[in-house]
Amino acid sequence: MIPEIGLAALWLAAALAVLQMVSGAFALKAAEGAVNPLAIYARPAAVVQAFLAVLAFLMLLWSFAITDLSIKLVASNSHSMKPLLYKLTGTWGNHEGSMLLWVGVLALSGGLLAGFEKRLPERTMGATLAVQGFVALGFYAFLLLSSNPFERLPVPAAEGTGLNPLLQDIGLAIHPPTLYAGYVGLSVAFSLAMGALLTNQVNPSFARVLRPWVLGAWVLLTFGITAGSYWAYYELGWGGWWFWDPVENASLMPWLAATALMHSVSVLAARDALRTWTIMLGVLAFSMSMLGTFLVRSGVLTSVHAFAVDPERGAFILGLLGLYIGGAFTIFALRAGAVAEGKRFAIASREGALVFNNVMLSAILAIVLLGTLYPLLTEVFDVRVSVGPPYFNPAGAIFAIPMLLVMAVGPLLRWKSDKPARLQFELALIASLVIGVIALVSFFGQFPLLPLLGLGLAAALAVAAFLPLRGRNLARVPVATWGMVLAHFGIAVSLFGMACEGAFSQERLAAVAPGGTEQIGDFAVTLESVTPVAGPNWTAIEARLAVSRDGGEPVILNPQARNFWSPPQSTSESALLTRWDGQLYAVIGNQAEDGRWQIRVWWKPFVTFIWYGGLLIALGGILAIAGRVKVDVKRRAAVTKGAERRADVEALDVASPVPAE
Amino acid sequence: MRSRLFLWVPLALFAFFAGVAGYMLTQEKDEFVESTMIGQPLPDFALDPAFGGLPGAAKTDLIGSKPRLLNIWASWCTPCIAEAPQLEALQARGVEIVGIAIRDRPEDVANFLGRYGNPYSRIGSDRISEVQLAIGSSGVPETFVIDAKGVIRYQHIGDIRPEHVAVLLAELEKAR
Amino acid sequence: MIRAVVALLLALLAIPVMAQDSMPPAPYAYNQLDDPRLEAEATTLMHTLRCLKCQSQSIADSDAPMAGDMRHQVRSRILAGESPDQIRGWLIARYGDYVSYEPEVSATTWPLFAAPVLLLLIVAGVLLRRLGKRRSDAGDTV
Repeated sequence: MIPEIGLAALWLAAALAVLQMVSGAFALKAAEGAVNPLAIYARPAAVVQAFLAVLAFLMLLWSFAITDLSIKLVASNSHSMKPLLYKLTGTWGNHEGSMLLWVGVLALSGGLLAGFEKRLPERTMGATLAVQGFVALGFYAFLLLSSNPFERLPVPAAEGTGLNPLLQDIGLAIHPPTLYAGYVGLSVAFSLAMGALLTNQVNPSFARVLRPWVLGAWVLLTFGITAGSYWAYYELGWGGWWFWDPVENASLMPWLAATALMHSVSVLAARDALRTWTIMLGVLAFSMSMLGTFLVRSGVLTSVHAFAVDPERGAFILGLLGLYIGGAFTIFALRAGAVAEGKRFAIASREGALVFNNVMLSAILAIVLLGTLYPLLTEVFDVRVSVGPPYFNPAGAIFAIPMLLVMAVGPLLRWKSDKPARLQFELALIASLVIGVIALVSFFGQFPLLPLLGLGLAAALAVAAFLPLRGRNLARVPVATWGMVLAHFGIAVSLFGMACEGAFSQERLAAVAPGGTEQIGDFAVTLESVTPVAGPNWTAIEARLAVSRDGGEPVILNPQARNFWSPPQSTSESALLTRWDGQLYAVIGNQAEDGRWQIRVWWKPFVTFIWYGGLLIALGGILAIAGRVKVDVKRRAAVTKGAERRADVEALDVASPVPAE
Repeated sequence: MRSRLFLWVPLALFAFFAGVAGYMLTQEKDEFVESTMIGQPLPDFALDPAFGGLPGAAKTDLIGSKPRLLNIWASWCTPCIAEAPQLEALQARGVEIVGIAIRDRPEDVANFLGRYGNPYSRIGSDRISEVQLAIGSSGVPETFVIDAKGVIRYQHIGDIRPEHVAVLLAELEKAR
Repeated sequence: MIRAVVALLLALLAIPVMAQDSMPPAPYAYNQLDDPRLEAEATTLMHTLRCLKCQSQSIADSDAPMAGDMRHQVRSRILAGESPDQIRGWLIARYGDYVSYEPEVSATTWPLFAAPVLLLLIVAGVLLRRLGKRRSDAGDTV
């Protein structure tokens, strides 16, 4: 019964998506100020749809929780012996379930938009909901027609096949849901952008509606990518945290577009400039998340993280991609010319710096996109090439370095126009930090160029991030500005971690007999014993490594080599020793014929800063949202205080626009 | 306002991508990495016997009066079991097959041949995939056609199905 | 195809227990060179070579036996005095550009290198258009 309820809910939700789309479209036919009688159904349709789609997802979650083996999806992806947590997370550890999660979040955010967003003009809101319904409808169709998660088996299976052991990890609970929520947040930004473009409402008040969605999506993407990177780092067993794999790039590209969008939305909200560009980025950001879905699920590119590869589904997603993105770009080309040019500004101004940042981010996005798709392109001509870190790192750095330098000074500039001479001290400070740190580090040894530049930039950015607070009363700095400071500081922290990992990592591979000791950096690693252990659905050999730093008290690490029996696969469970200044990463390998054990140990100084930085960036985004919401709530409260004070409020609005980053 | 043509650029780029992606979806995805050594002479090698029953294999064993097959295989490889009857059929047609056993043990090789038949004239033991890498092979099983001068003429990737026997015979004929 | 199925299983990275050989790894698959300078050279190179049996992983990041054998080749050739570029060239001669994550400028890869240059030009053009000409009329006109 449970899966049938889920399926019925999904069909109903799809029907409501049609209603939402049609009813929303009628709003466009209404005269200015009037409400079309057929347009009133869009909002309730979106809200009810949200309940239904979430219900469908909960039904699947329940089926996985009780391991209902009469459902094909459960039988082929779960196992009754699996720990409950992994039964639950296994719900989205496969194609159909993850699509259902995606659709659930999509409907939920559509419902939130319809339920709570009252600031937009009715026509724009109608168009937005129509687009949102259209997008949702495509995904419902995809689920119902080609990837039904609730399909029953003719005869229930006796036992499930199990879940890929690499996915049996807490990372699966965190990484995909946040990433999907981020992607889906971008779909709302897309709908809003299309709504505004169709009704010619690209203006600061539209930007203020758009901003929380972009910020929210961006925070989730930042967090999702950070979590995914750390997950891959400890799970794959070789200490790599980013390999420019197609699937990794697929998650980075929407982030790059969303980062650019977030900044251009701020310009639009504060200064009414960059109108067309903001719309373009809104379309681009969602295109990139759709493209990611396509690349991951169609199997056209080879990736370590790919799952559920199926060309037929690929064709379906490509069709959706063509419909939404092709359609959006067509509307963009037809209508963007009608969007009036925004306010002008000088080259040396906050807007100027933000435009520079936007252009550079777009260039990095173009490089990543090209590098990711290039192997696909050459395969048309039957030529196979690989594009990896040796390409992406330098090609990306060409644009990232100037961008980061401008990021250091941009927040110090005034809106509209400024004199660089005013910032002599800050510019000198930043330049001397970059040069000083690079000179200092080069003095101690030979390091690769990019990590060296990264260290110099990280030092300068860390200091520069706080310069906007200089000379201000800290208690009166808006929360959103704190968010910006924190996020920019997070970039510096993350860059520092990446540079240190690149420049100072140490590796020790050795065959060690029990009792033997290996030295790596300041650490002495002793293999005390190797013993077999068993888990709920695996057996393993576990090493006991005593790790002592500079002869200090030893700490025990227990890396495992696990063998799962369903499905039959082996994985390396690394053991990590985290210190403030880095991480020791230990893996146990096979036993050699002479009885010694292969161990791999890395000392990665400050590697954790990569993810601390990512968390800081996300936290900065959260503060920015909180700050905006606070200002917004204040403003709404002020508006409701009545007509006699309206004049004052308007004066307030003009006098103190929200200080944007 | 700026020229309108500029606004069509994103759509054009997207259409190009959609075209390429759509075309690629219709193509069968092969994960095989083809050797770029076709047309090149075999690299020098001399491998020890893979087990007591047959001599080892060296480059010189593949040079002579007629083209031969060089079969890269292993006793631990499941598709190698599937292709065993086809190798036998080829041998029955008078084709000389030189084997290279990858990362294998003598007892396992003997065991495999005892169970699935022995179509080889000699088998070299490549314990660290040295020769495999040198000829651009990326997996087991793979079969190369080597002409009388020791030049690699053709590569068959994957197990030999019954329908491939004729293809290989034709390639051997071409290499003559 | 059975091999395709095996490849698919391999796609899940963890190697299926079934199709794995039991041989000890090649000497330099999991052991470092004694000379730290040579080992650093080898490591840098290994991070840019593709594991042919894996899905998008370098040979320095894989437990696949073939990756181990390739690492052995790299380390032993470095030890024998070959330069990283020679070794990369040796592998490209056997497997094509696919084996190297570091694309080299060639008839098939030039667009990869033309793109950043082109992008730089576009970026300069856009910035000049967007920011440069405003210098003259920086007035607040809508």
